[in-house]
Amino acid sequence: MSASFTKSTARNIFYGGSVFFFLIFLGLTVDTTMAVPSHNAKAQLTDAAVRGKKIWETRNCAGCHTLIGEGAFFAPELGNVYVRRGPEFIKGWMKAMPTNVPGRRQMPQFNLNDAQLDDLVAFLKYSSQINTNNWPPNIEG
Amino acid sequence: MSNATVAPLPASKATVNDQIKYRSQAVAKPYFVAAIGLFIGQILFGLIIGLQYFKGDFLFPAIPFGTARMVHTNLLIVWLLFGFMGAGYFLIPEECERELYSPKLAIITFWVFLVAGALTIVGYLGLPYNVLAHITGNDLLPTMGRGYLEQPLITKVGIVLVALSFLFNLSMTLLSGRKTSISIVMMLGLWGLAIFFLFSFVNPNNLVLDKYFWWWVVHLWVEGVWELIMGAMLAFVLVKVTGVDREIIEKWLYLIIAMTLITGIIGTGHHYFWIGTPGYWQLLGSIFSALEPVPFFMMTVFAFNMVKRRRREHPNQAATLWALGTGVMSFLGAGVWGFLGTLSVVNYYTHGTQLTAAHGHMAFYGAYAMVVLTMISYTMPLLRGREANSAAAQKLEKTAFWVMTLAIVGITLSLTAAAVTQVSLQRLSASPLSFMETQQHIMPMYWARFGFGLCFFTGLMMYVTSFFVTGKRES
Ligand code: HEM
Ligand code: HEM
Ligand SMILES: [Fe+2]
Repeated sequence: MSASFTKSTARNIFYGGSVFFFLIFLGLTVDTTMAVPSHNAKAQLTDAAVRGKKIWETRNCAGCHTLIGEGAFFAPELGNVYVRRGPEFIKGWMKAMPTNVPGRRQMPQFNLNDAQLDDLVAFLKYSSQINTNNWPPNIEG
Repeated sequence: MSNATVAPLPASKATVNDQIKYRSQAVAKPYFVAAIGLFIGQILFGLIIGLQYFKGDFLFPAIPFGTARMVHTNLLIVWLLFGFMGAGYFLIPEECERELYSPKLAIITFWVFLVAGALTIVGYLGLPYNVLAHITGNDLLPTMGRGYLEQPLITKVGIVLVALSFLFNLSMTLLSGRKTSISIVMMLGLWGLAIFFLFSFVNPNNLVLDKYFWWWVVHLWVEGVWELIMGAMLAFVLVKVTGVDREIIEKWLYLIIAMTLITGIIGTGHHYFWIGTPGYWQLLGSIFSALEPVPFFMMTVFAFNMVKRRRREHPNQAATLWALGTGVMSFLGAGVWGFLGTLSVVNYYTHGTQLTAAHGHMAFYGAYAMVVLTMISYTMPLLRGREANSAAAQKLEKTAFWVMTLAIVGITLSLTAAAVTQVSLQRLSASPLSFMETQQHIMPMYWARFGFGLCFFTGLMMYVTSFFVTGKRES
């Protein structure tokens, strides 16, 4: 690098650039936060869905599954499982675990009661209503 | 208090150590030892989950995949934090040309962090996760059950306290010492790390906003403030091993981190394509994140350039090798593999596939694991009272470098091949297969990944062994 380009020039680019782009990011964050409700007008965040989210979190579902593509990659995408399988299948599935099929990937039995299962399904229904700009490419997630 | 020349020291030998400039730098040693210990634990759990990928019932129900994965990723974060803290305690006194403000506080902090970390892992393995959540106050403020942030509330609070104690100690040292660019960038990075961790306490019921702010920890760490820490650590070691003029090295450092934040902050948008956020993020996220490889490329050029222009032959060649390796592997893992999936039109098909795991492995290893190992390689001999290790020890350390690094390349390529199959069968096909059916077609790649995992573990054992190799000191 040429001698006329000094360390203090580099430092000024760093401080100026960082502050500038962080402020833009904050502005975009405000805009996004305000746009989220209308962008996701179809998503019903009911009380049951809020309780279901707690169940999702405290059973570490994201330790194996993705939810809208985020989480772990060991087990199927669940953001759209409500559409792919439907509520009754999901509840039956949770009760039937583990499959104990030798060699197959195993999912634990969480011993959820009926009310908890309903809440969990409400949360998965809510997730499937989020406006993901058409992701995933197909129903298999 | 401020001139801590009579402060208590952890290692009795340190009092006769003429290799370190300030006695209090010795507090870095237990941090580095703990980092390596936890690194071993991380890899053991990596092997468990790698095996469960094709032998699905392995250790079930004793250790389900999700539990072991959480141990794998959390140990990674914690050992890197131990590494950054050790680096801070060594680097700041040296740069500031004075003793650490309080070595005693540094040692207390070490034990608090280690015990809290160990208890958390015991909790993960010994209790059902919902029970752990319940008894640790998750009902008061739900923060658990999200990737990398699985820790109980009390552990998260503990991490904040540990970080504050650490930052207080270093900031007090810096305030009354010499202020170099390297030390200032290091401190900015570490403060940023602590500040963005506070977003781990933000967990809105609205899933879109939950995800939005989750990335303020994960992305703004690894593609933001951690790069400042990495740059400062690399610059520090390069000043030492090459003897190149500090002005030149610091100019590079500022330019690199300028590019990091100019591209990386808005680059967060590459995670906002599909999570329920407005469509404009597809354009913004694609453009800015496509430029994120630039600072990583500069890091590579920087490392090679400085070594080429070196003014001295430092006897610690292993440290130089790690520094060059960090430059190359961080560019490959973060720059190239990150770029592969970063444009929204590509990410639409690769989002949440094995490509993400491939990139995550090479980037975390190439950038952060390697920069910590660079720092350990440079400082540990000094902390043990010699300028460099014996030729025999360095030879083993360099072999370990190659085995671990090539193993990560193998893991990355196996997972990339897995991703190609996964994307074509499950995402691109006109008659897509289900997730589980698709996995059946990928099994050989998971076997290969596990094989390279065993190689990685072998390399790690060689690395650990290199600390116990004695022999004639190289001149
Ligand atoms: C050292 C720096 C980096 C590290 C440690 C890192 C690590 C990671 C990790 C662990 C994930 C997965 C997160 C999760 O969902 O659990 C991820 C995702 C991602 N990273 Fe990076 N990354 C780095 C730099 C980059 C760069 C420079 C780019 C772009 C050029 C990039 C592009 C991406 C993208 C697009 C995703 C999302 C993948 C998906 O949609 O599934 N990363 N990164
Ligand atoms: C023996 C070597 C290793 C094996 C077999 C292994 C295996 C695995 C497996 C199976 C996963 C879970 C993927 C999923 O979610 O389905 C994982 C996740 C992860 N591992 Fe490793 N790992 C190894 C070494 C490492 C190393 C050396 C690092 C970094 C220095 C690392 C960092 C990570 C990260 C960041 C994740 C989360 C990835 C993401 O969310 O995209 N692992 N590992
Ligand atoms: Fe990112």
